[in-house]
Amino acid sequence: MTKTVTSPGAGKVQRTTGNTATRYQAGVLKYKEMGYWVPGYEPKDTDLIAVFRITPQEGVDPEEAAAAVAGESSTATWTVVWTDRLTACENYRAKAYEVRPVPGIEGQYFAWVAYELDLFEEGSIANLTASIIGNVFSFKPLKAARLEDMRLPVAYLKTFKGPPTGIVVERERLDKYGRPLLGATIKPKLGLSGKNYGRVVYEALLGGLDFTKDDENINSQPFMHWRDRFLFCMEAVQKAQAASGEVKGHYLNITAGTMEELYKRAEFARDLGSCIIMVDLIIGWTAIQSISNWARDNDMILHMHRAGHGTYTRQKNHGVSFRVIAKWLRLAGVDHLHTGTAVGKLEGDPMTVQGYYNVCRDSYTKQDLPRGLFFDQDWAGLRKVMPVASGGIHAGQMHQLLDLFGDDVVLQFGGGTIGHPMGIQAGAQANRVALETMVLARNEGRDIRNEGPQILADAAKTCRPLEAALTTWKDVTFNYASTDTSDFVPTVSVA
Amino acid sequence: MRITQGTFSFLPDLTDEQIARQVDHALAQGWAVSLEYTDDPHPRNVYWEMWGMPMFDLRSATGVIEELRECRKAHPDCYIKLNAFDSTRGFESMRLSFMVHRPPVEARYKLRREEGPARLIRYTIERA
Repeated sequence: MTKTVTSPGAGKVQRTTGNTATRYQAGVLKYKEMGYWVPGYEPKDTDLIAVFRITPQEGVDPEEAAAAVAGESSTATWTVVWTDRLTACENYRAKAYEVRPVPGIEGQYFAWVAYELDLFEEGSIANLTASIIGNVFSFKPLKAARLEDMRLPVAYLKTFKGPPTGIVVERERLDKYGRPLLGATIKPKLGLSGKNYGRVVYEALLGGLDFTKDDENINSQPFMHWRDRFLFCMEAVQKAQAASGEVKGHYLNITAGTMEELYKRAEFARDLGSCIIMVDLIIGWTAIQSISNWARDNDMILHMHRAGHGTYTRQKNHGVSFRVIAKWLRLAGVDHLHTGTAVGKLEGDPMTVQGYYNVCRDSYTKQDLPRGLFFDQDWAGLRKVMPVASGGIHAGQMHQLLDLFGDDVVLQFGGGTIGHPMGIQAGAQANRVALETMVLARNEGRDIRNEGPQILADAAKTCRPLEAALTTWKDVTFNYASTDTSDFVPTVSVA
Repeated sequence: MRITQGTFSFLPDLTDEQIARQVDHALAQGWAVSLEYTDDPHPRNVYWEMWGMPMFDLRSATGVIEELRECRKAHPDCYIKLNAFDSTRGFESMRLSFMVHRPPVEARYKLRREEGPARLIRYTIERA
């Protein structure tokens, strides 16, 4: 039995719980009967919508499971409580309104759930996540659950400041246009002294890279304390800038055990003239939003290394999709975000990875199921996040990388720079020449996807470092099947 | 060392034919092409001198190359860059920017270091 009632301030809310007297008798009701299943509900523009992939336990009705997800991620508890009647409870209940089997995978369902805007505190990812992924993923009637995607209403989006710098302003500060930026992570990532570490930074930047990078676990260990690292790295950056006349940077990782320490490191990076700092995802949402505010106040580019995400993003049946993490990070306010390479050593189906790039860079994201995007998303002028492709990529893949990701991306060749047989400067030069050659060719209208290897081979004739890079890494591919793929198209791995 | 600002600074200097093909590409995207020149390509020198206005209504590379030749004639000892500006919402910025002329002798810069307490160094980049 469904009738429409009007509740103050909430527009039209569907009542679905039948007889009020019986609804609130003490005891246990099915979630569907408690008002969390509203088939045919039409989400309001101001509703937040989530789509979950659920795997109900044997014998659990998928609609009941979807209702349970809606219930446990909003107002419900396991039993009926009379205190619901002191609230406009139908307003606060999340509404599961559609369930569809996942194509080709038995036992899994996509469930759409709409949440009223009042459920969320403005400008707080911590609050959003505590609601949406707080309890429900441990809920016994589900074998597994995964948050696949989320539609964020503009009204909610506008309560966040977003990236402190964004792609456009970053390029204007760096004075670099029309090509991907180039970076490298310093290797070995652990063990180098500050002085030796800075040497690698200097050689790589002088050779032609735009950025070098601390790795996720470089903080302040016995072999290199953080101040030492900052001092030597900034000497290297400044020297390379003076020599090349180009703006350069090193992502100084300021990740630390407390916020006080994090701020201290950020301030020292600023005082040495660094244009960019870096944090790891594992510092947590509140810390990310705080350091984002600091970055905004200090004109600092904020690089986000997604350390740890694979523990909850990779397996398709359980966790949170990285596209959702990327959306939350765009709101929370980071400027760079590692989003995968598709062709490198780390997990990433090409179309799924392109979906993450769209989330970072679009002004308006269109629904695109083969890329894993379930919703249209208006980004309402929120600045764009520069995606970073890092992990097991080399100059010989330049045509594939440019074809897959376009210009607005940082391509990071760590091993592919530092492991070059002629030295680090040569490695950097090989990457920069390969990149500029490919951009030039693409702009001239050439089919780089197919002609790419030939274009690189031709450029190598006048650039020995590039020739050496192509020879050294010609057979390196990471051609494994991806685990996190779209269910809407057959997917292939890129060799 | 060569000043390596711009999209194609690690490639051999582009010929006018190559430049024209990049201009064709920019015009095909609907971007407005402009020329700027300077004798001081300091990395923080944002505002190079404008060689006229951005050519918003120009639709052929030939005209741009003519302007470039005029600019080179007038400023042979300067750096000249070609910019392509995109007025699309969400960009409203340069989408391509590369050197199209260099002086016979490249500008050189050096670091000035001012030492402070606790090993802090304030860096300034100056003309060498």
